[in-house]
Amino acid sequence: MIKPVYGVIAEFESPTALVNAARAAREKGFRKLDAYSPFPIEELTEALHLHKNKLPLIVLVGGIVGGLTGYLLQYYVTVIQFPINVAGRPLHSWPMYIVIAFEMTILFAAISAVLGMLALCGLPMPYHPVFNVPRFAFASRNRFFLCIVATDPLFDREETCDFLQTLGPREVSEVAP
Amino acid sequence: MMAQAADFALSGELLRDLKLWRSRAAIVGIAALAVTALGAIAWPAQFFRSYLWSYVFYLGVALGSMAWLMLQYLSGGAWGLVIRRPCEAATRTLPLLALLFVPVLFGIPSLYRWSHAEVVAADAVLRHKHAYLNVRFFVGRAAFYFAGWLLCSWYLNRWSETEDREGPAVAHRKLATMAGPGLIFWGFSITFMAVDWVLSLDPHWFSTIFGMLFMAGQGLSSMAFLITLMVLLSYRRPMSEVLTPRHLHDLGKFLLALVMVWAYFSFSQFLIIWSGNLPSEIPWYLERLRGGWQYVGLALVLGHFALPFALLLSRDLKRDFNFLAAIAVFILFMRYVDLYWLVAPDFLKGSLGVSWMDFTAPVGLGGVWLAYFLLQLEKLPLMPLGDPHLEEALQHGRE
Repeated sequence: MIKPVYGVIAEFESPTALVNAARAAREKGFRKLDAYSPFPIEELTEALHLHKNKLPLIVLVGGIVGGLTGYLLQYYVTVIQFPINVAGRPLHSWPMYIVIAFEMTILFAAISAVLGMLALCGLPMPYHPVFNVPRFAFASRNRFFLCIVATDPLFDREETCDFLQTLGPREVSEVAP
Repeated sequence: MMAQAADFALSGELLRDLKLWRSRAAIVGIAALAVTALGAIAWPAQFFRSYLWSYVFYLGVALGSMAWLMLQYLSGGAWGLVIRRPCEAATRTLPLLALLFVPVLFGIPSLYRWSHAEVVAADAVLRHKHAYLNVRFFVGRAAFYFAGWLLCSWYLNRWSETEDREGPAVAHRKLATMAGPGLIFWGFSITFMAVDWVLSLDPHWFSTIFGMLFMAGQGLSSMAFLITLMVLLSYRRPMSEVLTPRHLHDLGKFLLALVMVWAYFSFSQFLIIWSGNLPSEIPWYLERLRGGWQYVGLALVLGHFALPFALLLSRDLKRDFNFLAAIAVFILFMRYVDLYWLVAPDFLKGSLGVSWMDFTAPVGLGGVWLAYFLLQLEKLPLMPLGDPHLEEALQHGRE
């Protein structure tokens, strides 16, 4: 019986080779791709078409909720719960609310950015198959990896390996699940 | 490696375009200024008001460009290289702007209450301020600001040209060393300029953030102008080969940041005065928040902040050349409205109004200024050839 695989992974020696390989794999039609690099590569995000995700929407909603929370909290305190006449100003003194509403907008947006990022990345993740590849430890040093996951409709154990070989990798290996 | 001058020389078709824009700007500008000059004879008081706020706008574009120029020598970055030549051309318009300041000097008695001895004698506050607010010191300070600005502009242009010819060895360090002190001088001179020329229209009022508001305004006016210009240049060689969406994205981020900084300063000033509620501070706002002016104020909140802020949040819109240029043009228009809202209510005392000279003066000054700016822009290749980071800037957003 053939053992199932998580996917195949190719190791590259330069960020440019990785970006080119990611682009070629996208063009070939692969969609379930992931790339690993010791440092952020902006071109890679474009090559993998990762710019469109839900994070901006999460941050926007977080910011709006934060702003409303800040505003309504102050309204509740100064108008409903503990109304005090300060030098004859109206109880609903909205200019004074703006600063705290603004700060709460930033706070909630920042928190939702962090939590949203963790949620969208599926973190924390105690187990990931790529670590079964012994050389993957180099992904945090000086090597660049491109992984094509087996759930991709175009995935074929042999053909995908051969395809990755054509992209000039240092090594292509299968990833045990 | 030194880039070839021919790579970034203005192409024939661009030169033809620029000449066309230049002659159109000059014709419209001179015609509008001539009409405004007729107004100056018929109604000098209105002429000086309209001239003052229009003048402050164009001076802001030139001085804001100078600040961007110095900032990019300090910070580096590909965005700075693509706008360096337009910024330099804008700073070279300062001699013209110094000349155009002369009508404001003639307008002192008409514009500034503190210039009349009998008004000062009858007013205890103005008597105390007389040591600073008097005509001789006012003119002396203006001469000092212009001397400083012209010196900065001369230095920035001289060493940048040297860098083109001889490479960055000496010139780049000279420019980087000057940029820090130059920006500090810019900050102080804009603060005092704003207080002298605009804030002292209401000599009783004071606000320590007023200068910062002008710095943000100048940065915003000049960045909006530069973005519009870059998009227009991007249709023709050499900029069609140079500009990438990433360059524009960087400039768009600055635009967003400055929209926020302007709103932050404006609101800080309002909030502090509103919460203090002191008789010496609130009249300035009362004049601007009644008799119809409150709608102009509201238009500023929406058009100078809320709308551009919401649109500029989008990454895709910042990378869309035509869209970003459209926002930039809209912001330029709102800058006019903002300056009008700062200047005009002092004279109209609680009733909304606008004179035909408030249209002809900005068009006239703008036309003449733009024609002179384009003349300066044509003089040099559109990219700094000797800059050590030129290759890097050209690769920005390409791979």
